Amino acid sequence: MSAPKQTEMSEPNHARRFTILWLVACLIGVPIVIWVIGPELGPGTGTDQAAGQSTDATVLSAVATPVFLLVVVYLVYAVIFFRQPSDGALEGPAVRGDAKIQTTWIAVTSAIVLAVAIFGTVRLEGASGAGSGSGPNPLTVPSGPRLPVQVIAQQWAFTYRYPTYGGVETPHLVLPVNTTIELNVTSLDVIHSFWAYQLGVKADANPGVNNVAFVKPTRIMGFEVRCAELCGIWHGAMFDPHGKVVSVPAFKAWITAARVAYAPATAVLPPYSKTYLPEPTRRGG
Amino acid sequence: MGSFTSKVLGVGAAVIIVGVLIGLYVADWATSFPPTVAATSAPAAVGGASLTLQTDAAVGQKLSPAHPDWVSYVVRSKGQWIRSTIYQVPAYSVVHVTIYQFDSPTGLRNPFLSQVQGTIGGTMTVDGRTVNSINPEEASHTFAVPEMGVFVPLPGVPEEAKNACEEGPCEPSTQAHRTITFSFRTGKKGRYRWQCFVPCGAGYLFGNGGPMQTLGYMGGFIDVV
Repeated sequence: MSAPKQTEMSEPNHARRFTILWLVACLIGVPIVIWVIGPELGPGTGTDQAAGQSTDATVLSAVATPVFLLVVVYLVYAVIFFRQPSDGALEGPAVRGDAKIQTTWIAVTSAIVLAVAIFGTVRLEGASGAGSGSGPNPLTVPSGPRLPVQVIAQQWAFTYRYPTYGGVETPHLVLPVNTTIELNVTSLDVIHSFWAYQLGVKADANPGVNNVAFVKPTRIMGFEVRCAELCGIWHGAMFDPHGKVVSVPAFKAWITAARVAYAPATAVLPPYSKTYLPEPTRRGG
Repeated sequence: MGSFTSKVLGVGAAVIIVGVLIGLYVADWATSFPPTVAATSAPAAVGGASLTLQTDAAVGQKLSPAHPDWVSYVVRSKGQWIRSTIYQVPAYSVVHVTIYQFDSPTGLRNPFLSQVQGTIGGTMTVDGRTVNSINPEEASHTFAVPEMGVFVPLPGVPEEAKNACEEGPCEPSTQAHRTITFSFRTGKKGRYRWQCFVPCGAGYLFGNGGPMQTLGYMGGFIDVV
């Protein structure tokens, strides 16, 4: 008498099926991130630095998308195909460690994180990496002539000084297009942060410190300046929507007019310096 | 009811009461704005609106029981000096401001702000004399509305002046002061922050604490309506 034949339900090849699904999702998702979402990521293309940051954000998003999809597709796959049947009496078998999968996961994700970190650092310190300012001695300095502009933070306003134009100080930031600008950012009192989003520049403004950042506007536009460091009661009002990038002739006309308009103030300003530490006078201290 | 249950109920009730009291205190603190003072109509020959202010080295017990020794702006309203820094002015009009400045000099941290900016003609009068800037070391306070581009430095009363005002509200007819007048144009409706840029908060770090960080003393709003 022969033994009864056992019939087993044939399991599909989940690994192959999941891999195919994930690859299809990546083939759809990554181009969407690069060509649809990427152009909408800030801060725009008004300066070399802003354009660089938009590119960086797109690259990082594109790199992250397959990882994101891996997790999401697996979750959805598991919910659909590994669901316990309604008449099932037993839970599925326990899943133990798989050295091959775990090692692969750790190796691949480590490589991605390391690559992303190196990419971000190189881009931040590169020629178009305005980043967060590099302190008084930047590692990378753009070649060619630069227009120095000093950003002076105080509670609660930013003012701007142009050392190559008689040290005139102005209440609004105006920059010439297609010119490399060297921003020297400092503070007269507490810690502030100079943030010109559309320019792609955010640099800490610390008292007694010259924090250098570079920016090269590439088109005529307006921009906003705000403080990005909680600095007191009027921090939220430390906002100026009147920043401008103008043509070189328009800039020359503006700075000439500013030198005349602010001549009384310029006459009593201290000599241009990378930092100022005005002593608390008779009252404060 | 067991003693344990009583304790739990007692602690729970105490926690609720304390929480409610803290909530009420914070709500009161967060919503306690100084009163809004409307500018008065200027004489027909001049047109526009008028604001009359004074700056006191110590605002005094009467106007600020909690902080009588704080420096402060004070505004004239219906014949009385009251402590408020929220002023209502009409849109697209000229506002004429008179400030009786009773405080001594402190000095500007940024001398750039010693130049009068954003007023009609880019000037102000100090004791009847028209000027477009002051010595930054002589600044006692500023009246500045950055969003409107208005920066007006206020020179201080000399330290050796007689009849100096010790406590507000000060009396312009008898006590030493400087009289500053200027006018500026308002634009569209909105709420605009104004503030003093002189670090005049005595006894606070860099002079920018206390009255400089508290609404109702050295900063407030211009409500353009």
